[in-house]
Amino acid sequence: MTPGPRQASGETTSRVTVDRDRCCGAGNCVVTAPEVFDQDDTDGLVLLRDPTPGGALLDRVQRAADLCPAGAIRID
Amino acid sequence: MTQTTETELPHWPPVNPARSPFALIDDAERQPLAERAVTRVQLPTGATAWLVTRHTEVRQLLRHPGFSSDLLRPGFPLLRPLPPDVTSNSQGAFIRMDGAAHLRLRRMLTAEFMIKNVQRIEPLIHQTVADALADLAAAGSPADLVSTFALPLPSKVICHLLGVPYADHDFFQSRSRLLLDRRAPAEQFQHAAQELREYLRSLIDAKRARPDDADDLLSRLIRERVEPGELDVDELGGMALLLLIAGHETTANMLGLSVLLLTRHREQWAILRDRPDLAPGLVDELLRYLSIVRNGLFRLATEDVEIGGRLIRAGEGAIALLSLANRDPGVFDDPDEFDPYRQAHQHLAFGFGVHQCIGQPLARAELRMALVELARRFPDLRVAADPQELSTRDTSIVFGLDALPVTW
Ligand code: HEM
Ligand code: SF4
Repeated sequence: MTPGPRQASGETTSRVTVDRDRCCGAGNCVVTAPEVFDQDDTDGLVLLRDPTPGGALLDRVQRAADLCPAGAIRID
Repeated sequence: MTQTTETELPHWPPVNPARSPFALIDDAERQPLAERAVTRVQLPTGATAWLVTRHTEVRQLLRHPGFSSDLLRPGFPLLRPLPPDVTSNSQGAFIRMDGAAHLRLRRMLTAEFMIKNVQRIEPLIHQTVADALADLAAAGSPADLVSTFALPLPSKVICHLLGVPYADHDFFQSRSRLLLDRRAPAEQFQHAAQELREYLRSLIDAKRARPDDADDLLSRLIRERVEPGELDVDELGGMALLLLIAGHETTANMLGLSVLLLTRHREQWAILRDRPDLAPGLVDELLRYLSIVRNGLFRLATEDVEIGGRLIRAGEGAIALLSLANRDPGVFDDPDEFDPYRQAHQHLAFGFGVHQCIGQPLARAELRMALVELARRFPDLRVAADPQELSTRDTSIVFGLDALPVTW
């Protein structure tokens, strides 16, 4: 749950990863940050739409990781 | 541990009724529990368990793989002794399974209940709400909101989704209520469970005998999972039972309590009518504040795990108390105040971890649409009783009101 590494430019970049093996399809992530997360039409499991969401989204992506009941979302 | 120390432990579930439907537990019993993150308690069976009462620790417990939901394991904390034939009767009940076995069944349903899919069935929910409102109007003031609106609405929706005839509602509602009551006599409990299983089994058999392209969930699971040999019929029966019970009793109890609360906050009733865009936040605050799963979620430690500075040893029971975690002052300011404008999204009313409620998008949609339409259609709705006088389901796994007399 730490912010991404500081780059030389001073920009913060974060990489989001999801673990579909852990996902239990509760969909909290989709409610919290629909720009970044989606659910697969066939199995309901998480899909990542944007692995490097921009700064404005990061708060909500962090909240989604926090709310994910299965601990399936990582931010590095 | 000796008998004397055992008898000094606080009892769980609480011994005394709470002072109002909005107080989660009796104040005197709550106080010692709120002082610590983890408290050893005594269950009605005489066994002991660790009661976990704070937000951080409840989340930690429910997300930890070292806790099992399987009540057939020796040492599992129980509120009543297991009926003798429970093993043969528990197939498909994935709420009580762990690991891969749990995920296997849950994943057959995740796409069904995900938000996108619930959005697709919103017109159906909307129509069902409209019908239920018409029934309430036809019943005339005064009416019982629980039996004319709160219970029929989610029952009709889950029946429609599953492909269970709503005409049988008296039968499955009464049996479901009995199964959720921890004080129900063992014989009645067993009988009700068996009746429901047999009922669903014959429904499934009938659907299999007359295959068609019906679009209900049971028909689809039969076509796509049972016939190809991926899923056993008894497993499907158990899944259907779980969905049928969880799909109607929960939302129904939330609706009754929500109306009681909101009619005491008249300004909220008006806002619901004029600003439906605020309804989703209001629904989350209702879920937090009312926390209807008040006995907590029961687990058995399968390895030694430290929670809140306590070592919970393999073989010991633990209870995640959602209701007090939802009133944790470290997370929610003035937690005993109902405040629809707070950011309540962190509430744990649907649980946490891999068992977190699969029906939550459906429950949220039902609650939002039902409350908005009710406030629109009945702006002057009033409860015709003192909250303290209303009969509450104190011994049910899912807290709620038996009846709610309303006038308009
Ligand atoms: C306001 C309404 C509801 C509340 C407060 C609620 C609460 C909960 C809670 C706390 C759990 C977790 C149980 C555990 O971890 O042991 C759960 C699980 C579950 N709920 Fe709900 N529920 C609601 C509505 C629904 C609806 C409408 C459905 C219908 C589809 C449903 C179906 C389920 C199922 C199938 C599970 C088991 C999930 C699993 O074990 O993976 N619930 N619910
Ligand atoms: S919140 Fe977590 S478990 Fe739920 S869909 Fe998203 S990634 Fe999966």
